[in-house]
Amino acid sequence: MSHPQRAAAFISDAERTTWHDETLWFVRQKRDKAVYGIPEFQQLRQLASDIKAHTLSRLDEYLEQFERNAQANGVTVHWAADAAEHNRIVLELIRKAGATSLVKSKSMLTEECHLNPYLVKNGIAVVDTDLGERIVQLREEAPSHLVLPAIHLKKEDVGETFHLHLGTPKGEKDPQQLTEAARQHLREKFLIGEVAITGVNFAVAETGAVVVCTNEGNADLGVNLARVHIACMGMEKLIPRTADLGVFTRLLARSATGQPVTTYTSHFARPAEGREMHIVIVDNGRTRQLGRPDFRNSLKCIRCGACMNTCPVYRRSGGHSYDFTVPGPIGAILSPNIDLHKHSSLPFASTLCGSCTDVCPVKIDIHAQLYKWRQLIGEQGELPATKKLGMKLLSSVLARPGIYRLGGKVAREGLRFLPHGLTHAQALNPWAKARELPAAPKQSFRDWYAAQVK
Amino acid sequence: MKVGLFIPCYIDQFYPQVGIATYQLLEKLGVKADFPRQQTCCGQPMANTGCEQDAKPVYRHFVDTFSKYDYVVAPSGSCVYHVRKHYDVVEQTGAVQHVRQSTYDLFDFITTVLGVTELPGRFPHQVGLHLSCHGQRGLHQANESEMTPVREGQLSRLLRSIDGLTLTELNRNDECCGFGGTFCITEEAVSARMGQDRVQDHLLNGTQVLTGGDMSCLMHLEGIVRRRQLPMRVMHAAEIFNAALDGVARTSVRVGLNDANGTTEERPIKVTI
Ligand code: SF4
Repeated sequence: MSHPQRAAAFISDAERTTWHDETLWFVRQKRDKAVYGIPEFQQLRQLASDIKAHTLSRLDEYLEQFERNAQANGVTVHWAADAAEHNRIVLELIRKAGATSLVKSKSMLTEECHLNPYLVKNGIAVVDTDLGERIVQLREEAPSHLVLPAIHLKKEDVGETFHLHLGTPKGEKDPQQLTEAARQHLREKFLIGEVAITGVNFAVAETGAVVVCTNEGNADLGVNLARVHIACMGMEKLIPRTADLGVFTRLLARSATGQPVTTYTSHFARPAEGREMHIVIVDNGRTRQLGRPDFRNSLKCIRCGACMNTCPVYRRSGGHSYDFTVPGPIGAILSPNIDLHKHSSLPFASTLCGSCTDVCPVKIDIHAQLYKWRQLIGEQGELPATKKLGMKLLSSVLARPGIYRLGGKVAREGLRFLPHGLTHAQALNPWAKARELPAAPKQSFRDWYAAQVK
Repeated sequence: MKVGLFIPCYIDQFYPQVGIATYQLLEKLGVKADFPRQQTCCGQPMANTGCEQDAKPVYRHFVDTFSKYDYVVAPSGSCVYHVRKHYDVVEQTGAVQHVRQSTYDLFDFITTVLGVTELPGRFPHQVGLHLSCHGQRGLHQANESEMTPVREGQLSRLLRSIDGLTLTELNRNDECCGFGGTFCITEEAVSARMGQDRVQDHLLNGTQVLTGGDMSCLMHLEGIVRRRQLPMRVMHAAEIFNAALDGVARTSVRVGLNDANGTTEERPIKVTI
C-alpha cells in the first residue's frame, strides 16, 4: 500500500481525523508560544544548524574522539554497520550479563532496528518504560510520532488496552487513573530489570558522555536500578563540546512540546561501581546519506517532532500512513535513503508548503529535499508509468505553443459542453470526489486579449 | 518599462476574468503590459511530479518568451516561485538569470517595484485572505506564523487599504489549502480534507469573499465551496482591486520609484468604466 491509500483509510474516519489534527495543532501552538518568547530563537536555530554542519563535516574525527573519551571513562564502545549487527551486539551483551529481561527507555534507533521483536524471538522480555511507548508496545503497534508515540490513540483506546493487559476496570478512561496503573505496572518491571537500554539524544565528543532527555525520568530509573546500561545511538548524534549542548536543549523541548526544557536531562558518563556501561554506535545507512550532498542535512535532525506537528498532511493522515519508523516530513526524506522503491510515495505526500522547514530547529531544508527526492524517484524510474508518460506528453505540449493553445481550448470546450455527470465522474476524475471543476467560460484570456488589446 | 504578462495556462482557459483583471489593474497603475502569445507554462507541474528533466524544454521556452521584458508579472505566486527557485537546473545564461530575477508575483510587483502599498477604492465586504504557501514561505510576501505572531504581508496591507473592506481573522492564519499541484489528484483524500478545513475556518469567521494571490489554491477552494454550495464568493485579489478601483474619484496614486533617493511620483489611475 502507498501513502495515499493508507491516508485515505485514516481520513475515512472524519471525526478522528479532526481530533488528530486538532491535538497536534495544539502542540504546534504551544511550540509557537514558546518560540515567540525567545527573541534570539532564529539565531539559535542557525547556530544549531551550523554546529551540526560542522560536526557532520568531520564526523569521523569526532566519532574517534568520542570513542577514546568514553573508553577512558570505563565505557565499552561497540560499532554496528547496520540494524542486524546492532541487534546481535545487544543480544550478546544481554546474554553475557545472564539476563532474561530488560527495561528500555525511549529510543527511535532501536525502533528503526526492530530490536524488540528480535529480542523477544530470542527469549528476552522487553519492557518499554516510556508511557506512550509502553501503550503501543502492549498493542503491538509501531509508534506513530517521534515524541508522542501513542498520539494516534484516544484515552478510550488506552483504557481498553490497559483493561486488557493491566486489568484496569472496563471503561476506565480517566488519564490520572490510567497513568497510575501504568506507574505501578512499570515500577515492578523497573525493579526486576537487569539490563537497561536507553536511547541517546546527544553524544558529547570532548567528554565521551551521552545525554538523554525525557519527561518521565524513566531513563534514569532504569539505568540506576540495572546492573548493565546499554546506550544505543545513531552515529549522527554527536556534538563537539558540552558547551554546545545548551543550544540544543533550548531548542529541543521548545520545538517538541513548547516546554522550556525537558523535565530530565540526564548525563551518563561512566558506569557506577561494579556496573557496566556500553554504547552501541550505529550506521545503518547514515554514511550513505552523508555521502549525498543534497540530503546530508537530514542527518542534523534532533528528533523533536515539530515538523510532524506542523505538517498539514501528517496531521490528517496519521503517523502510520508513512509506514516507516520515522513518520512525517523528516521520515519522507530519510526513508528513500533506506529503500527508495518501498517508500517512493512518501516524498509525494506533501504539498511542499514549507512549514516543516520553517519550524525545524536545526534548519533542515525538508521541503527542498522532498522536491529533490521526487526528481531522483523520477530519474530512477520509480514513478507510476502513467504519471511519467503523462508528464512527458505534457512537456512536449508545453514546449509547443501551437499544440498547447489547441489543447487548452479542447479542455475548456470539453468542460463547457460535456455533461456534468461525465466530467465529474469520480472513477475517472479524483478531483471531482469532493470538488467541482471550474465553470468553463466562453472565451479564454488570450482570445479576450487578441480582441481587446491592439 | 517593458512588462510581460504571464498568465498561467489554467487561468487563461478557466479564469480569464483573473487575467483580464490583472491586465486592467496594471493599466490603472500606469503599466501597459504585453501578453506574448507564444507563452505556455512555467513547467512546475512536471517538476513537482519528479520530471524536472522533462520540464527543461518548457523552462527554455519560458525564458525565450520573456527575456526581452524588463519585468515579467504573473497573478500566481506559485509559478513565480518556481521560475525563481527552480530554473537553476538549466544553463544560467544571461537571459535565464535575467528572467529569474525579474519575474514577479503581481502584488510583489505592485508593492516592491511600483512602490504602491495602498490603493484607493471601495469594496464593502468581509474578505478572507488565503495566503499561498509559495507566496508566503517561498517568496516571503507575508510573515510566517512559524516565526512571529504578527500577521502582516503585502497583500493584506493592500487589502486593508481598500475602503469598506474588512479582513477575516482566521484561527489558522497560514495553513496550507492542500492544492499542491498533482498532489490534489494523487493524494485526493488528504487534499480534499485540507481544503475543506481551510474553507471551514473562513466560514466560521465570517468570510463573504474568499481571496488570494494564487489562483491555483483558489481553484481548489472554489471547487469545495461550489460543491458544498456555501455562501461565499471566490475572487482573485486582482479582481477585487480592479473592481474597487472602478469608480474611484481620485485620478492618481503615489508610486515609489524604488531608487536610491526614495523618489516618488504621481501616476495616473486610468479608470475604465
Ligand atoms: S527534521 Fe527538524 S523538525 Fe523534524 S524532527 Fe528533525 S529536528 Fe525536528
